[in-house]
Amino acid sequence: MLDVRGLNCPMPVLAVQREVKANKPETLEVLADHMTAVQNITRFGNSQGYHVEYRENDDGDFVITLSK
Amino acid sequence: MENNQKGFAGFLKRHWLVILTGLVIGAAAVVLTALGNPKNMGFCIACFERDIAGSLKFHTTGVVQYFRPEIVGIVLGAMIISMIKKEWRPQGGSSPITRFFIGMFVMIGGLVFLGCPLRMVIRIGGGDLNALVGLLGFIVGIVIGTFPLRFGFSLNRAYKQSKAEGLILPSVLVVLFILSLIPELFAKSTEGPGSQHAPWITAILIAIVVGALCQRSRLCMAGGIRDAVMFKDFHLIYGFIAIIVAVLIGNLFTHGLKFSFADQPIAHTDGLFNFLGMVLVGWGSVLLGGCPLRQLVLAGEGNSDSALTVLGFIAGAAVSHNFGLASSAKGIGAGPVIWVLIAGFVFLLVLSIFNTKRRA
Repeated sequence: MLDVRGLNCPMPVLAVQREVKANKPETLEVLADHMTAVQNITRFGNSQGYHVEYRENDDGDFVITLSK
Repeated sequence: MENNQKGFAGFLKRHWLVILTGLVIGAAAVVLTALGNPKNMGFCIACFERDIAGSLKFHTTGVVQYFRPEIVGIVLGAMIISMIKKEWRPQGGSSPITRFFIGMFVMIGGLVFLGCPLRMVIRIGGGDLNALVGLLGFIVGIVIGTFPLRFGFSLNRAYKQSKAEGLILPSVLVVLFILSLIPELFAKSTEGPGSQHAPWITAILIAIVVGALCQRSRLCMAGGIRDAVMFKDFHLIYGFIAIIVAVLIGNLFTHGLKFSFADQPIAHTDGLFNFLGMVLVGWGSVLLGGCPLRQLVLAGEGNSDSALTVLGFIAGAAVSHNFGLASSAKGIGAGPVIWVLIAGFVFLLVLSIFNTKRRA
């Protein structure tokens, strides 16, 4: 799981972009801790043809799932 | 939360909030100007923090001293709405002292141009062509700043902090604001831009709404151009454009529009320094992760790194005015402006190198 907690914009979406470019994963899970990152990653994922969902975990962080 | 709907309806569904925020900010700038704020400066984060620095006597430039309620309102609005929406998260520890000094240089650059990115947009909407030169510099600065980001630049992670850490800046601002209402406690301009202001109650209420909308929409002047350059994501740019449209229309209906370089309110025509000042602002803002407006909103959300950046802005304003670096309508300051701008560029370059972990 890609952990982008504590990173300010645009680092979270940049980390996802790097991962997508390098490995073209069918699914990718990202752990984020603010909604701005969730929204930015969602817009980026959608633009790359991914279906994006997120849920809040017990720690109050967000698990974002990108899938083809 | 996907939205792949095509056409204009889909566009609006994806971007309505950031467009609404831009329109409200533009309208707020026009209304606050009509109610007394300086022309083409209805809402300027750099100018207003500079005025606050003056009111607290961190500098003694008599024409720019007033405790601007708008700054307090933006932070409060962002704090209240983020608490309601459960997005208020005290966080900090991401290179705080680095951020403080970047904030200082961003403010110094902004006061060479005479405005933050938000005022730059408001000035464009008011017909001030010098602001287009500033915009060019801002874009160049952002593009420069995206290079270290692409190569792995980071100010490192922030971590969860205590509630007190997230509440300190908003609380201090509220206390200072209340104290500012006591006559003659703080310095207050009797002439010049600092003497021109809307009634405090209107100013703070409007700013609370703006702060809340900015928190929800994540509007950021630097982020808009950065995301367009790096990700071809134009979402935030629509807010940027909406501000210009609202201000243009507002000005048409109020004091009229005049497109020119010369004789614009609180602006100078030195193109080189307008450009260089905003290069520093753009570059610094990208490294910070957001423009001065966004830093206020993040501080409201409990981010103590952004709170320290805001203090860096205020310190930068004091340095600017104490050492003749700030411009005025007459032109650039009498101090060593070019050398300090160069020092700012060198500082950002060194930071960019030291904080970049080259990736394979």
